[in-house]
Amino acid sequence: MADERTDLILDIKNLKVIYKTDMEVVEAVNNIDLRIGRGKTLGLVGETGAGKTTTALSILRLLPAVTGKVLEGEIHFDGQNLMEFDEHFMHAIRGNRISMVFQDPMTSLNPVLTVGDQIAEAISLHNDQLSKEEIDKKVEDTLSMVGILPKRKSDYPHQFSGGMKQRVIIAMALCCEPELLIADEPTTALDVTIQAQVLAMMRELRERLGMAMLMITHDLGIVAQTCDDVAVMYAGEIVEAGTVEDIFTGERHHPYTVGLFNSIPNLDSRSSRLKPIPGLVPDPTNLPKGCVFSPRCEHCTEICRQQRPETVTHGTHSLRCHLFAEKKEGGAAHE
Amino acid sequence: MSERTNAQPLVKTVDLKKLFKLKGGALLHAVDGVNLEIYPAETLGVVGESGCGKSTLGRTILKLIEPTDGKIYFEGEDITNYSVRQMRHKRRDMQIIFQDPYACLDARMSVVDIIAEYMFIHHVYKSRAETYNRAAQLMDQVGLARRYANAYPHELDGGRRQRIGIARALSLGPKMIVCDEPVSALDVSIQAQILNLLMDLQDELGLAYMFVTHDLSVVKHISNNIMVMYLGRCVELCSADELFANPLHPYTDALLAAIPKPDISLRGKEQKLIKGEVTSPINVKPGCRFASRCPFCTEKCTNTDPEFVEVTPGHYVSCFKVNNK
Amino acid sequence: MENTTNTTAAVDNSEFSFKRASQAKEIWRRFRKSKGALIGLILLVIIVGVLLFAPLFISYDAAIESDFANVLAKPSKEHIFGMDGFGHDIFARIIYGGRTSLTIALIATITSCLFGSALGAIAGYFGGWVDSLIMRTLDIFMSVPDILFTMAVVVALGANAVNLIIALTLAYFSNYVRLVRSQVLTLSEQDYVEAARAGGSGNARIILKHIIPNAIGVIIVNVTLNVAKIIIYESTLSFLGLGMPPPQPEWGLMLSEAREFMRPAPHLLIFPAAAIVLCACSVNLVGDGLRDALDPHLKS
Repeated sequence: MADERTDLILDIKNLKVIYKTDMEVVEAVNNIDLRIGRGKTLGLVGETGAGKTTTALSILRLLPAVTGKVLEGEIHFDGQNLMEFDEHFMHAIRGNRISMVFQDPMTSLNPVLTVGDQIAEAISLHNDQLSKEEIDKKVEDTLSMVGILPKRKSDYPHQFSGGMKQRVIIAMALCCEPELLIADEPTTALDVTIQAQVLAMMRELRERLGMAMLMITHDLGIVAQTCDDVAVMYAGEIVEAGTVEDIFTGERHHPYTVGLFNSIPNLDSRSSRLKPIPGLVPDPTNLPKGCVFSPRCEHCTEICRQQRPETVTHGTHSLRCHLFAEKKEGGAAHE
Repeated sequence: MSERTNAQPLVKTVDLKKLFKLKGGALLHAVDGVNLEIYPAETLGVVGESGCGKSTLGRTILKLIEPTDGKIYFEGEDITNYSVRQMRHKRRDMQIIFQDPYACLDARMSVVDIIAEYMFIHHVYKSRAETYNRAAQLMDQVGLARRYANAYPHELDGGRRQRIGIARALSLGPKMIVCDEPVSALDVSIQAQILNLLMDLQDELGLAYMFVTHDLSVVKHISNNIMVMYLGRCVELCSADELFANPLHPYTDALLAAIPKPDISLRGKEQKLIKGEVTSPINVKPGCRFASRCPFCTEKCTNTDPEFVEVTPGHYVSCFKVNNK
Repeated sequence: MENTTNTTAAVDNSEFSFKRASQAKEIWRRFRKSKGALIGLILLVIIVGVLLFAPLFISYDAAIESDFANVLAKPSKEHIFGMDGFGHDIFARIIYGGRTSLTIALIATITSCLFGSALGAIAGYFGGWVDSLIMRTLDIFMSVPDILFTMAVVVALGANAVNLIIALTLAYFSNYVRLVRSQVLTLSEQDYVEAARAGGSGNARIILKHIIPNAIGVIIVNVTLNVAKIIIYESTLSFLGLGMPPPQPEWGLMLSEAREFMRPAPHLLIFPAAAIVLCACSVNLVGDGLRDALDPHLKS
């Protein structure tokens, strides 16, 4: 077991995050556990408002200072609990050992600086001993790594297309060779053919640099093609987690996961109607008392409405649903 | 396609073009010679990547944008040169649903007023009460609880807002609706609800849709026929099943290969990726628009426009590689 | 009609009613929620009330007839705000001055706003040569300093209330043209404007139903700021001898007369100044409240 722990680059335990304003308290993330092994990719899947981005921002301790608050939990990065360190320490971590790529390539770059300058800034921030020439060299290496001609470093962001901008942003995130890359819907704003190019590039760079990745997405196709492990998030909770095989080929699933799969129009077999999940995501200021999915669940029973289910783990596959609670036989659970 | 050979198409365009004049005299070829037919109670899916002119095409057919050249027929009637006043009457038959459920509703109007607006414009009913009554019926029809009648759009989520947009489009009893990416701003589970609603409405009211989207799985699900656009041109047109079973144009092929499929058996397999990005639609040169990215590009492709020909019954392609066979 | 969707939770039709609160009622409900706006409104009602019913408790004569025995008298029981340099009762002059000042300011604000907004809406919505024509003409207007322009109008037409209003309107309408034009340019790009066109709306309906209501917030804030500005601008004109002809009372005139006696008799300055501040504040508070009340986003 001790061996397994050191294999983890990221280990989130019991994380609870709220957003508090004068009017209301939003329970954004509710006691989740997440683990990413070194060099592995975890796909975090869920709909708008599920708490995916909040989780990512908590890892980097970038939650909005006034409203966002981590109430409980530990975030272990490479064995260190990030929650115990000060802002100064986090500065050294961000962009250097953990990087993040945001969804919108249009607004993540500064329009008045050249692309090369922006990458150089990211590099020099964490390598103050490098000379100007060394940084210049590194900028060119980074650009060619993401498939952009090095001579384009003196161009401005508006001279790049959306796909190229996202490549530049990924280049900036990777220039310090981080151990963990958090990619928040990195291809949602891109066209399919460009998305395919960027995803292929990300897969290749991951192999080459041996980094771990937290891939936040709503697209199950991307998860199937790029991730090793999957966590399905719903209303601030992880309702199902496991390896891609567990999620995509396993027998037993959380009803929400089933609903997500049924909602995607299938390319191979054509059925006349989709089977969407009825209803809407619950109001995060007023979550249901029992299971968060119970108001929309077709298997909902009395216990689902009353009691929050515990996570049941079978090997690598864990589910948070009363349907599977009775199958809780010992051994497989973690620890 | 054979069963309706005698039927008259509801909408037909002949060599429809829309060029935008940019500053400095450059021409942006948004829609560049499109021929299409939409039949009653059928759905024509229009797919393509951003900037291919698919949204402009939809708006041009509705004459929300004036076409530069070509003809638009609605029920056999040439509406290309109809004035704004003449189009007013046609608006009852041709409607549009927008992509952005936030921007397409006036934030200062309540839900019922938004739905009733078109009916007020056209004086469909004599009294306000009758109009509101009809608006309430439309809310039922699109699955929007009547208690939201007096709410404002910003109080509702994206799915409900899109239902308002659909109710508004239905209010004049149209025969055809242009759906401009109606589900791409929505979450998957809500997207499925809206797609089901649109299909139910089609069955019930016999509507024709022109369904514009970039999402191939959605378009396959909802369409009878699919048209693939690239840089203002239609590169392939055939029935939905035929397109996925037997894509002929290299661009269609690449598009299909690029969709990430939720199936792990395909993991790590070599993907047919096309290189490069969409070229600029400004001052385009003759030749196939896809030539610069096409793995089968020959000299002929860069010099001459390929014709849009019917290679098998009902399957149209514009590509030299296919046409020459 | 049968409910066609199985996709949502059961649609309940029970709670629907056509008893929609009228637009005005709804706005008033939202307006009431802001304390500042209510205070402003109450102040404004008191001010207007006092000015309206002034003749019932104080005569116009007190404002224009000199009582040389009491020149510069401090506030007392008989003259609660004291007397000015000509022996006029300051309270009476503030009341009667306010009647003219406020009336002129309000009318000038409204006319400049209507005139300017209409031009701005036309320029922004239609664009092209209409836009160029309006905007270039406006440039000519704006190249002449406001004060010079107003003076020219008043001198040419003569100093009286109507001509003052004309002069002030011409001095202030250009703000609204630019403001409304830029609003219209942004708003007419919105999808809901296209949706209205797809429903068969004509231009007039789109401007009146969709564009103006969405631009109204910004316009109202400007209006309230301008009421205050115009009151002060009027004073400037009076100060230059181009306002209402003396001995007619007028707030600006009172201020300029008070300058001479600032040290020995500060009350000459304090009371009219306070009146201007009070008016400007209450109008601004009401304006802020109104802007919020007109915006359904801020409903709850």
